[in-house]
Amino acid sequence: MIQLLQKLGAKSVNRVAAVGRAGQLLSQSLIAKPAPMTMLPLLVRQLYFIGVLSLVIIIVSGLFIGMVLGLQGYTILVDYGSEQAVGQMVALSLVRELAPVVTALLFAGRAGSAVTAEIGLMKATEQLASYEMIGVDPMRRIIAPRLWAGFISMPLLSMIFAIVGIWGGSLVAVDWLGIFSGSFWANMQASVSFSEDVLNGVIKSLVFGFVVIWIAVFQGNDCVPTSEGISQATTRTVVYSSLAILGLDFLLTAMMFGDF
Amino acid sequence: MRIRALEISVGALILAGLLALVALAINVSGLNLSQKGGGYTVYARFDNIGGLTERAKVSMSGVQIGQVSAIRIDRKRLMAEVEMQIFDDVDYLSIDSSAQILTAGLLGEKYIGITPGFEDDLLANGMTIEDTQSALVLEEIVGKFLFNKVSE
Amino acid sequence: MTLINDTHIEVNNLSFCRGERKIFDDLSLTIPRGKITAIMGPSGTGKTTLLKLIGGQLTPDQGSISVDGEVVHTLSRRRLFELRAKMGMLFQSGALFTDMTVSENVAFPLRVHTDLPDSVIGDLVLMKLNAVGLRGASELKPAELSGGMARRAALARAIALDPDFLMYDEPFAGQDPIAMGVLINLISHLNRALGHTSVIVSHDIQETLSIADYVYLISDGKVLAQGAPDQLNGSEDPRVEQFMKGRPDGPVPFHYPAQSFEEQLFGGSQ
Repeated sequence: MIQLLQKLGAKSVNRVAAVGRAGQLLSQSLIAKPAPMTMLPLLVRQLYFIGVLSLVIIIVSGLFIGMVLGLQGYTILVDYGSEQAVGQMVALSLVRELAPVVTALLFAGRAGSAVTAEIGLMKATEQLASYEMIGVDPMRRIIAPRLWAGFISMPLLSMIFAIVGIWGGSLVAVDWLGIFSGSFWANMQASVSFSEDVLNGVIKSLVFGFVVIWIAVFQGNDCVPTSEGISQATTRTVVYSSLAILGLDFLLTAMMFGDF
Repeated sequence: MRIRALEISVGALILAGLLALVALAINVSGLNLSQKGGGYTVYARFDNIGGLTERAKVSMSGVQIGQVSAIRIDRKRLMAEVEMQIFDDVDYLSIDSSAQILTAGLLGEKYIGITPGFEDDLLANGMTIEDTQSALVLEEIVGKFLFNKVSE
Repeated sequence: MTLINDTHIEVNNLSFCRGERKIFDDLSLTIPRGKITAIMGPSGTGKTTLLKLIGGQLTPDQGSISVDGEVVHTLSRRRLFELRAKMGMLFQSGALFTDMTVSENVAFPLRVHTDLPDSVIGDLVLMKLNAVGLRGASELKPAELSGGMARRAALARAIALDPDFLMYDEPFAGQDPIAMGVLINLISHLNRALGHTSVIVSHDIQETLSIADYVYLISDGKVLAQGAPDQLNGSEDPRVEQFMKGRPDGPVPFHYPAQSFEEQLFGGSQ
């Protein structure tokens, strides 16, 4: 019993220490004199690896999720004779919830795990130590561009997801099921507010992007530098990010749309 | 040459994201910059607003001419007071216009419908519409119906 | 001890723990300028850790390490990075940056620490690559190199800035005999030609002894023996002898500490 408590205590202390190291990583990599001439090419490169390479999966998923929403919404709403509201349903659920959340989950699986594995591999092959010995801070050279790239690409991807999804929904509802396109779009425009729904969705995706990429670089930088350690760190990135996204989503939704 | 392709694709990503934001703003949320900030304030008092919310449409003959900006209780009269922003280009509402709370469709949202009057004097900023008709509340209708049945 | 007339690096009463395990216990040694010093010892004695301590990547628990009279772990981050510009390190895995070609790898420290124009940097890179015999491989990616070539490319990068001081972490581990011979030649030639201080951490005895000027033998966190290669080869100390001759059993036991074999075999039945 005592041993169990001891183990539990040691584990919690380790967790707290890990959070501390994650904070340290953030401050060391982001608090720096900006050096745009060296930073910008690195950032563009990471935007490519983190953002552009995630684009295909984001577009395909967005399209299918929008189409499913259109189909499901229609079959439910047609019973109440209010199938015109399908546009409103598709747009609100995408803009408020599905675009930020699903994009972030896909982003964690596609880009987050790749970043963790890459940084873990750099650590295992002593590349990070090598940067240090050459006199270049790996926090600024390796970690910072990835953090910024994740933070920037996540809201972009999320908005692309939303717009593709809404287009997919209109494809099903208007072109296949024959809802009058005027009422589809008018209903949507009447119910979606830019400042409350669209901007709140963007805020969500910013928060998710930040958390996912932070977890990813931290797990990479903190992993045990062996092949086993890297694979474990990659798994942890996906699991922790997914939990963080879903938990934070509830919190943010309550703050934005709840009445307190 | 490879670096250029990389830069172009990143630029395309950023542009696509910003375009998506613009599309969300204009096509999906119907954001119209010319309506923002403009408008004059008109008040109306109702016995019962029955589910009207802020941001609800204010329309005339089915065309939107403004939106509800605030709802509160008038402490003196103990009635609901609704504050509306009417678009600036709607400058033809006479002071004897009437306001009704209506429902869009069977399950739809509540909105305010304005019926114009005949006076020459026009509504201006801060004035109140006197002639109002409250929302229909289902329980009241059912109650009235039953009462009439019994009294027959 | 007459060999040491000019001290480059001085390790004073160094103690360092990793978790519960004490890696160095009151270790002191000096590394002479311009010579090849070898630090040898069985695996797990923290030889690589010592290099990381010298490079300031780790902080000692007690004692100090000074390079050119400057105590490494008390330096500010900026001064430390300036000091590192004068150090070169050859990592065990080579540690070439995988997203750059060989020539970009060698050019990297030059671009970071100097404002030289691209054409000058290109010439310098060619010179360094020529010195390690890899001029023809300049446009290859690290993944396309064999182990020995990767280590030579990493060596070219380590000498790019003409450091005062070069550290080799297990340079011979896992190399075939030809690659090993090439590396041995390179290390001693470069040392003589460029005149920098070299520290080799290794447990490949014959190869290391063939080029070292002075040898430290470390075991259990302490200096077990030191001297010129011949002195160590002729040492009477059984522990030194076991390591130098590579005997399987001796003062460093073959068996991991355990209760006696008989007791464990028959103990259960009683």
